[in-house]
Amino acid sequence: MSLVQKGVDGLGRGIDDRLGSSSFVRRSLNKVFPDHWSFMLGEIAMYCFIILLLTGTYLSFFYTPSLSEVVYDGSYIPLKGVTMSQAYASTLDISFDVRGGLIMRQIHHWAALLFMASIAVHLMRVFFTGAFRKPRELNWVIGVALLVLGIAEGFAGYSLPDDLLSGTGARIANGIALSIPVVGTWAAFLVFGGEYPGTALLDRLYIAHVFIVPLTILGLMTFHLMMIWYQKHTQFAGPGRTEDNVVGSRLYPAYAAKAGGFFFLVFAVLAALGGLAQINPVWLYGPYDASQVSAGSQPDWYVGFLDGSTRLMPNWEFSGLGYTVPFNVLFPTVVLPGLIFTAMALYPWLEARFTGDRAYHNLLDRPRDVPVRTAIGTMSLTFYIVLMVGGGNDVIASVFHLSINQMTRVLQVSLFVLPPLVYVITKRWCLSLQHSDEELLHHGIESGTIRRLPSGEFVEETVPLPVPHRIALTRVEPDYAAITDGSNPGGPGYGEVEVVENEPEKIKGFFRAKHRSSDPSQTSLPRPEATVLQPSGKPAKPE
Amino acid sequence: MTSSSPARARRSRLRRQKVSGYAVVLLALSLVGTLYTAFGAPSGQAQESVNQSMAVKEGRELYLSGCSTCHGLNLEGGSGGPSLIGVGAASVVFQVESGRMPLAAGVQQAPRKTPKYSIKEIDQLAAFIQSNGGGPTVPSGDLTDGDLQLGGALFRTNCASCHNFAGSGGALTYGKYAPELTPASARVVYTAMQSGPESMPRYGDNQLKPEEKRAITRYVRYITQAEDVGGASLGRYGPLSEGLVAWVVGVTALVGLTLWIGARA
Repeated sequence: MSLVQKGVDGLGRGIDDRLGSSSFVRRSLNKVFPDHWSFMLGEIAMYCFIILLLTGTYLSFFYTPSLSEVVYDGSYIPLKGVTMSQAYASTLDISFDVRGGLIMRQIHHWAALLFMASIAVHLMRVFFTGAFRKPRELNWVIGVALLVLGIAEGFAGYSLPDDLLSGTGARIANGIALSIPVVGTWAAFLVFGGEYPGTALLDRLYIAHVFIVPLTILGLMTFHLMMIWYQKHTQFAGPGRTEDNVVGSRLYPAYAAKAGGFFFLVFAVLAALGGLAQINPVWLYGPYDASQVSAGSQPDWYVGFLDGSTRLMPNWEFSGLGYTVPFNVLFPTVVLPGLIFTAMALYPWLEARFTGDRAYHNLLDRPRDVPVRTAIGTMSLTFYIVLMVGGGNDVIASVFHLSINQMTRVLQVSLFVLPPLVYVITKRWCLSLQHSDEELLHHGIESGTIRRLPSGEFVEETVPLPVPHRIALTRVEPDYAAITDGSNPGGPGYGEVEVVENEPEKIKGFFRAKHRSSDPSQTSLPRPEATVLQPSGKPAKPE
Repeated sequence: MTSSSPARARRSRLRRQKVSGYAVVLLALSLVGTLYTAFGAPSGQAQESVNQSMAVKEGRELYLSGCSTCHGLNLEGGSGGPSLIGVGAASVVFQVESGRMPLAAGVQQAPRKTPKYSIKEIDQLAAFIQSNGGGPTVPSGDLTDGDLQLGGALFRTNCASCHNFAGSGGALTYGKYAPELTPASARVVYTAMQSGPESMPRYGDNQLKPEEKRAITRYVRYITQAEDVGGASLGRYGPLSEGLVAWVVGVTALVGLTLWIGARA
């Protein structure tokens, strides 16, 4: 035993003697997660967030959150000698004079766009597979909160460079606050510290962007993961996978290796984008001046749907009794997002109310098996995408030589016509897929072999569906005793799958499954964990 | 009678004053002309005016063969095009050097095309149009020698709201648009401000002084030629194209990698 090994051993034992942590560590490392590629989509968001923290820290070394005016004297010639805020000047310095500053800024911005995009993709996965159902509704709500916080964090970051685009965004935020009836004026004064633009906003956005919001996101994200840890991950139906167990690979070594590698893959994609594709060229926008605005001033993509709702909204407002209520701003930017996010957060309970399904669910749905939910999802996505296209109507009209007026009218109609249409199509599509599954179950897979019977009749031979597929479709385990007899009804692939069950894990504290349903078949916690064996059929080495 | 006599005297006095006014103007003009001929006229003026009249003559030929179908034999305009009397050389340079004229078809807005005439021919056409009713002329010399920083500030105030912060263009109402500025030569940028084509406002010399126009021209040429230090420009359309790339390139790559790593045992 080398000296180093001895040292590490000694240190480990020393820690264990004092904290008794080895059993906790062992239990954690042996934790089983179900295997499916789509379960790793949420991780992308987490890795983007880590990269955002790292690059953001670097940027904060050089950024000055101040609106006091300086005369720019950096490397970018077209702005040399121009009076601007320190915030903008320091952003230009980061881009042109700080070593590695521009690539850090660009990775940070791409990571922000992809943080939100991966949240959206993860959300779609969770929605369409029904992973939000009891007992995971609270985690769904945390996810929605993370989405909203991500939008807020992104808006704050968008406003920090104090370039023309930042100021335009802040101006719109001010207008949104002003549109709120009764309290609007006071709300806007409260947030902006007086009349727009004022001098208070930047400091407030900075502390929100680098401290309050990221800390909240970090806290909620930790809670999000702890809930997954304690409630255990959902899984798709398959051989040996039931509502009452978890079948998959262990945290160590399988997921430790996968997750470690995955982080670097995400980092590679972000670094490639940051190095190869220019994002937010602040030097071209120029310093913020309330008298200027650029064509194509858009929010980052995740706010685009609100820009679109504003552009598609008819110009309605109410004036009377000495007050003006601007529905043309209030409805698309305050009421609509309020409705969207409230409906989203309440969806698990809404669905349970309409279906009457209040059981625990640890097995996921395939989207086709729940046509109404899938159709609601695609309908909502269609609504969202129409809004997002509306938010870019000027650039799209300019690039494709369309009439912006006609385009806006087409989108206004599409907003109400397309979603119901997509709902109907999706639902029919799901039902058709169910029919084709039924066909497979009853008749098997086409083999291409045609046999002629002695009577002269031609018969098409089919191969029975392999057992793993059969279980995935029916959720019914075959008769194992019959299989071990050697009369394998499963066809190809069956013998590769065996299941090892672990000791049921005892769970303490807040997550204790006291509130479980009285029906033992609906038990959610604790679920024993198991790993699938190696394809050779031999048991995996004990970890 | 007694009352009409002073009235008549007043009228004749007025008439005398009017006549004397004309006389003074005539005298002043001939004096200025004489003085100019004596001191101010550049040498070789005769040669230049010969060149000028040659250019006008050549330009007239070009005009009659290429433009008169729509704009009329006497520049009076017609069913196809407006009158060109008084539009000036600047307008000709903008329209013809950017390839917008001659027009290919009656569309919402004349699109930019490959120019049909050489620079020399364009100057001849411009001289011909200028000789009929005058109008803004194209300044000679380098049009990109203005103040770059001033140009940037003026560009952001006057131009960016339609042409976008980087001159990538933008949409206007009913299919009209503010075009991308990258292909525009310095002369085209300058004369666009002078002539105010299509939906664009005309910036006379009292709104933007010639040196301010030169500053803007320099800034436009600078930013449209400048390399994108951060990598691929993504069209410089702002956050829209960035969001599109995030989804099409970024999300596709990340989901692809998730599939790949998820398939590893």
